[in-house]
Amino acid sequence: MTTFAETPFVRARKRNELFAKLVFGAMAALLVTPLLSIVAYLVIQGAPLLSLDFLVSNPSNGMRAGGIWSALLGTIYLVTLSLLIAAPIGVLAAVYLNEYAEDNWFTRVINLAVVNLAGVPSIVHALFGLGAFVLAAGIGRSVLAASLTLSIMTLPVIIASTKEALSSVPRAFREACWNVGATRWQTIRGIVLPNSVSGILTGVILQVSRSAGETAPVMFTGAIFFRPIPEGDPFAYSIFDQCMALSMHLFSVTTQVNGAPPALPYATAVVLLGTVLAVNATAIGLRVYLRSRKKW
Amino acid sequence: MVSGLVSASAPPPKIEVSGLELYYGKKRAIHGISFEVKAHEIFAVIGPAQSGKSSLLRCLNRTIEFVPGAQIRGKIAVDGQDTARVKNVFELRRRIGMVAPLPVGLPLSIHDNVAFAPRAAGLRDPKKLEELVERCLRQAALWDEVKDRLHSLGTKLSGGQQQRLTIARALSHRPEILCLDEFSIAIDPVTTMRIEDVLKELRREMTIVLVTNLVQQARRLADRTLFLWNGEVVECDRNDVIFSEKPGNRKTYEYVNGTFG
Amino acid sequence: MEEDAIKVSPTSTELAEATPSGPEPPWRRRPLEAYAELALEWLIRLCGVSAILFVFGIFFFVFREGAGMLFGKLDLLRFLFTKEWYPTSLSNVRYGVLALIIGTGSVTVLAMAIAVPFGLGAAIFVSEFCSGRVKETLKIVIELLAAIPSVVWGFIGISVMNPLIQELFDASIGLNVLNGALLLALMSVPIMVSIGEDALKAVPDSHREAALALGSTRWQTIYRVLLPSAKNGLLAAVLLGVGRAVGETMAVLMATGHSLNIPRSVLDPVRTLTATIAAELGEASVGSDHYQVLFVIGILLFTITFFVNLAADLVVKGIKKQ
Repeated sequence: MTTFAETPFVRARKRNELFAKLVFGAMAALLVTPLLSIVAYLVIQGAPLLSLDFLVSNPSNGMRAGGIWSALLGTIYLVTLSLLIAAPIGVLAAVYLNEYAEDNWFTRVINLAVVNLAGVPSIVHALFGLGAFVLAAGIGRSVLAASLTLSIMTLPVIIASTKEALSSVPRAFREACWNVGATRWQTIRGIVLPNSVSGILTGVILQVSRSAGETAPVMFTGAIFFRPIPEGDPFAYSIFDQCMALSMHLFSVTTQVNGAPPALPYATAVVLLGTVLAVNATAIGLRVYLRSRKKW
Repeated sequence: MVSGLVSASAPPPKIEVSGLELYYGKKRAIHGISFEVKAHEIFAVIGPAQSGKSSLLRCLNRTIEFVPGAQIRGKIAVDGQDTARVKNVFELRRRIGMVAPLPVGLPLSIHDNVAFAPRAAGLRDPKKLEELVERCLRQAALWDEVKDRLHSLGTKLSGGQQQRLTIARALSHRPEILCLDEFSIAIDPVTTMRIEDVLKELRREMTIVLVTNLVQQARRLADRTLFLWNGEVVECDRNDVIFSEKPGNRKTYEYVNGTFG
Repeated sequence: MEEDAIKVSPTSTELAEATPSGPEPPWRRRPLEAYAELALEWLIRLCGVSAILFVFGIFFFVFREGAGMLFGKLDLLRFLFTKEWYPTSLSNVRYGVLALIIGTGSVTVLAMAIAVPFGLGAAIFVSEFCSGRVKETLKIVIELLAAIPSVVWGFIGISVMNPLIQELFDASIGLNVLNGALLLALMSVPIMVSIGEDALKAVPDSHREAALALGSTRWQTIYRVLLPSAKNGLLAAVLLGVGRAVGETMAVLMATGHSLNIPRSVLDPVRTLTATIAAELGEASVGSDHYQVLFVIGILLFTITFFVNLAADLVVKGIKKQ
């Protein structure tokens, strides 16, 4: 490339540059490899058991055989219900923070509360769910109590990504709407929300992934060690029942069941991890797709 | 109607501003200005950047309320009615059409861009909406260019077209006053001339307040011109005085002739 | 300003009387619509403050369950500074969490010692050496890494790392401080990378160019220019990592061996505060001393993470102001 003769100084610099790139690249690579190798390893180990049958049959023989049906269905219940609770509250909270709140101490306190809600350890959320929903509210250990706990825990996820989406809608659009006599809500409903859908969806999807994987908060509020349900019946649980959950099931078969075939926990882990990663990949794909067809 | 603006027994002013002061926090942006705008005239406001022209328009339709920390004192009356005491501020805003400096096509279809305001106001009949949309687009001299693609996105139009779309939207709620804030800043001269022709047409139906930093534009279009400088009125008079060799204030002469500002 | 100052306020109260009428034709919103809008705006406000309510709720309910012990039988000094934790002993019940605090602390410190260099290194790599597709891919992988549930990490700790550590270090048990710390490091790294990258992005390009133009090498640029300018962001990243590590439950419950022990080396098993709650809450009967003490540990955790997150937030705010 260069027409100048390389001096030793230039050569040293180039070597230095390359070395730096290699060192930092190695650090990044060390982060990337675990993900790939872990996924590959889990899949290989769990492969003998992975089949559709595994998904739709109940655990049997003291959880040493059979599938994960009741745990899978329980997780679907928990995720859906917590999403139904968290999504409207989270989206409206973000609308408040981005569209209504003035820049004052009160708003700062709210933002601080959101940050802290995200930072509270999951086991403390579990204690809260137990104290507030199971005992004080008298709901008892149930799908409902566990979903409420999960929804409060994952609220910041929805708030954060909705807020980001709302604030990416240019202020000029809002001003144009106000100028023609639209109310605040008409502006939000007509322009701001429709153009934040991608961000809101991303938040919702991330919330799903997060709540599907959480274990501690559901362990004391609604999830149960073992409970067989009719196979193939998607309405087998009531929201006032206790249910099994995939995440807790993985914990149980790993630490509390002896003599299970080695592939069983791996297959369970693959289903859980696969679900979570697939959901996240959907969020990423959606974001990329919607970014490519921006309206302005 | 048009003759009213020069008749001797002057009708009540369309807009009456008296002692208007505007603060952004502690900073004073407008220093107690007073002027009147007569019905059906084209009233130009000229002045260098940061002289408070755009803020003045925001005060008129009270969108200044959306600016955190802004406070106004003094009185603005439209048709003799104090805007601060207007109960339904949304109706007030519909009486005043507002065109921003940069063209803003809302991320809706062209049709919905224009139909947005009437819909927000409660007009739901699709037939009436369609008629209204066509009328406004015709008035803004945009109809012929977009009539075949009313359902494509307004944001994908060219800058000049978007600016006319903005005007169509401002007309869609049948305002009595049309305010334009440096509408030619982002568009080419040919489009500017077209819009200027549109404005000459529109004055038959409404009062026009034209904020501009193009002195020649004010000279071409306006009946009267107000020279705003640093939040204060330097001079407000008929165009033949402002643009004469001897306006009331030497600063006006210097600004108009480009030796200052 | 005096009384003639026009009040600048939200306009929702005027909604109820919204009877707009253009000069022609008089358009009118359905009256119900205006009231529905008013109700909705109050709902939005309510949801807006809900985060505060929830944080207070968490504090209140956890505190309520633990209050009996906290203000009653529990001697706080003995609770915090003795290491005997025998909550179910028949003859002599003792609640000392020192070993648990040290357990949490040792795992956290070791995790940060691993995560900080790698997290920041990766952040520097992503922000300074990568561009285009490589950068996007790396960020996606790191995002996916952050999505792995903690119970899966715990499972990996038991099934993959446990034999690996036994093999490599000739340890008698692979479930120990090192195992938990490695998992925690991997779990906290994504947040460090993303915040660290933001912080580095905020350093103006002109600084980089100036440094390079003055003849400094890439190393010197990073060391002398980038790290000092981004240091607050990097500090916030580390603090958030600490918050995450202290509060992590399932992974450490499964991977640290869960044995009450003050560790002498990184290959000793330990037990953490979070793991203790998770393991014992199911057995403690509601309202018993043991149950209440577990809630007191919850208060302790809540307090620690509250202040760590508060500090991180203040640091981030400080950056934004600059």
